[in-house]
Amino acid sequence: MSTAVAAEPASTRSRLKSLLQARETGIMLAFLIVLGTATAINPNFLFSSDGWRDLFLTPSILVVLAVGQAMVIITRNVDLSVGSVLGLTAFVTGRLFVGAPGLPVFVVVLAGIGVGVLLGLINGLLVAYAKAPALVITLGTLYVYRGVMLSWAGSDRINAGDIPSSFLSFGTSSVLGIPSLAIVSFVVLAVAAVCLRDLRGGREFYALGSDPSASVLYGLPVVKRTLIAFAASGGLAGLAGVMYVARYGTISSGAGLGMELEAVGAAVIGGVAIFGGSGTVLGAAIGAYLLTTINRGLPILGIQDFWQRAVVGLLIIGAIVLDKVLADRQHRKLMAERD
Amino acid sequence: MTSLLHPSEKSSAATERSYADHARPLWQRILITRESAVVVALVAVILYASATVPFFDRPITMTYLLLDVTPILLIALPMTLIIITGEIDLSVASTLALASVLFGVLYDAGMPITVAALLALLAGLVAGCLNGFLVTVVGLPSLAVTIGTLALFRGIAVGLLGTTAITDFPDAWTDWASDRIGGGDVPQVMIPFVVLAIAFIVLLHFTPFGRGIYAIGQNETAARFSGVKVVRTKMILFALAGLVSAAAGIYYTLRYGSSRGDNANGLELQVIAAVLLGGVSIFGGRGALPGVIAGVLLIGVIASALRLADYTADVINIVTGLLLVASVASPALLAWIGRRRRPRSAATTPGD
Repeated sequence: MSTAVAAEPASTRSRLKSLLQARETGIMLAFLIVLGTATAINPNFLFSSDGWRDLFLTPSILVVLAVGQAMVIITRNVDLSVGSVLGLTAFVTGRLFVGAPGLPVFVVVLAGIGVGVLLGLINGLLVAYAKAPALVITLGTLYVYRGVMLSWAGSDRINAGDIPSSFLSFGTSSVLGIPSLAIVSFVVLAVAAVCLRDLRGGREFYALGSDPSASVLYGLPVVKRTLIAFAASGGLAGLAGVMYVARYGTISSGAGLGMELEAVGAAVIGGVAIFGGSGTVLGAAIGAYLLTTINRGLPILGIQDFWQRAVVGLLIIGAIVLDKVLADRQHRKLMAERD
Repeated sequence: MTSLLHPSEKSSAATERSYADHARPLWQRILITRESAVVVALVAVILYASATVPFFDRPITMTYLLLDVTPILLIALPMTLIIITGEIDLSVASTLALASVLFGVLYDAGMPITVAALLALLAGLVAGCLNGFLVTVVGLPSLAVTIGTLALFRGIAVGLLGTTAITDFPDAWTDWASDRIGGGDVPQVMIPFVVLAIAFIVLLHFTPFGRGIYAIGQNETAARFSGVKVVRTKMILFALAGLVSAAAGIYYTLRYGSSRGDNANGLELQVIAAVLLGGVSIFGGRGALPGVIAGVLLIGVIASALRLADYTADVINIVTGLLLVASVASPALLAWIGRRRRPRSAATTPGD
């Protein structure tokens, strides 16, 4: 009994220490600094009901995309097609609402996610079986999916009037002060975090990303894991498409355009190494929060929001430089311990 | 950790190539390559389109085709060299926009247009050097670095001009960008392009520096131990990419008579698609400039033929994407078919 009591402070201390050293803590701190500064200048940024809502609502779609992207990047792949998948599934969702008004909403939602999974599986199959790099494959499908959406949509766009009002009100509703769409993104984040941290399959994602050839030799189901990672990323992009419809109501041909780079950027800022094997979905989600909050905060700090992308670029570069410095220090420490 | 490839695949691909290549007679090695496949595809598409698409065989089609693909042709030159070393540069279109905006802003502020152009080129050079510095000296993966600088350079370009545009360039300059040689059908801008292309072909295919580029792409460590100056080579290539992108930015500005922050948005993906279609391996160490030039023209010709045949831009997107996927997936598919036709006879690689 006494040993257990004595051991406890040590374990809390080490837990505190590992929390402080965690990559996610740094990015969280950056997020809080941005939030704090913007709020200090204009309290409405956080304390008005609109500000509070936007804090959670604006990043929710990017969080879902970044979680999927992080899963793919951890396996040492990348999915550049998510922006196009988002656009295409948003359009499918909209068409279903217009074409089959009687369909229950959850069927439409499932259809949207299902289309996303299917598109993700196409990416996964090409990457796994054609032995071609994900960067090239998903660059190709980025064009194809966007092209399919555009040629199907033509010039007609779907407006808020075509979407059932119950679905649109879900997009703006809140539960206990937290927007419903943000809750969806939290659920996605929690499930993905648990899967990657605790499940065997999730750990195998990391193994695959740190050393693909060792994973093959070790007998890990490499093809299966690759397929699952891409299907998950596609499915989450599909979910993001559905959320896009709920949030904005209108779907134009530009829906999700360029979102792939924002999703990769959020993951990279959040400490997911671009060559796989390390990082967490939580980090990617905080990265998404940081990106969108900076975007909203810049005008309050007196900087025109035209400069937003420049700040985002500096952040991405800063984040990877920081990762490199930390990794080098860790490496030197390990070398010193060995000698 | 600079290559985009899993180490195992890279080594097996390299060994397969070096033995198989020399087992075949010389004429086969020269004629049956990825590059000649692209050239054949290009010729076939041109012939087919001339026969079936109305107005495609008019000279004006070629003039506008060349004018439209010039920025991609230009940037594809340094991009090819960078991808052969196993790196990538996603920031080229943003550098183009940055140069375009600086060119416009400086000229608008009353600077002589030549000085404005030179400063824009200088900015491109600096932008390329920043990429090169982060990749080589700091040792960061180029994919991540250039996603960052893609946002940074585009952000500065958009930040400087906002949503406004500068459009009042002297007629002599804007006319130059779309004039034809001797009043014929070939645009004047092809002259600097051809000069640049020859320079790059000589640099890549006929100099020790160029052999070093391939060596780095095959195996960076081995290249370093055989005396290739890896850091200097990559630094020069990223700097060249910045400089050429800036030149493309000035051309883009004059051609469309407008300096805007969102000029050439997304062009980086078109450039990379064309380079990969032209037979350059994303894993590095493989590819040739004639194939890349044919790849850029192939996408341009298909786009132009589809446009004349009344298809919209979305179909062009689909075709470009499918071509890109097919070009990287076809070797694996052919090997798979080969294995099915001759079961057990082909030697299996260990661990496959």
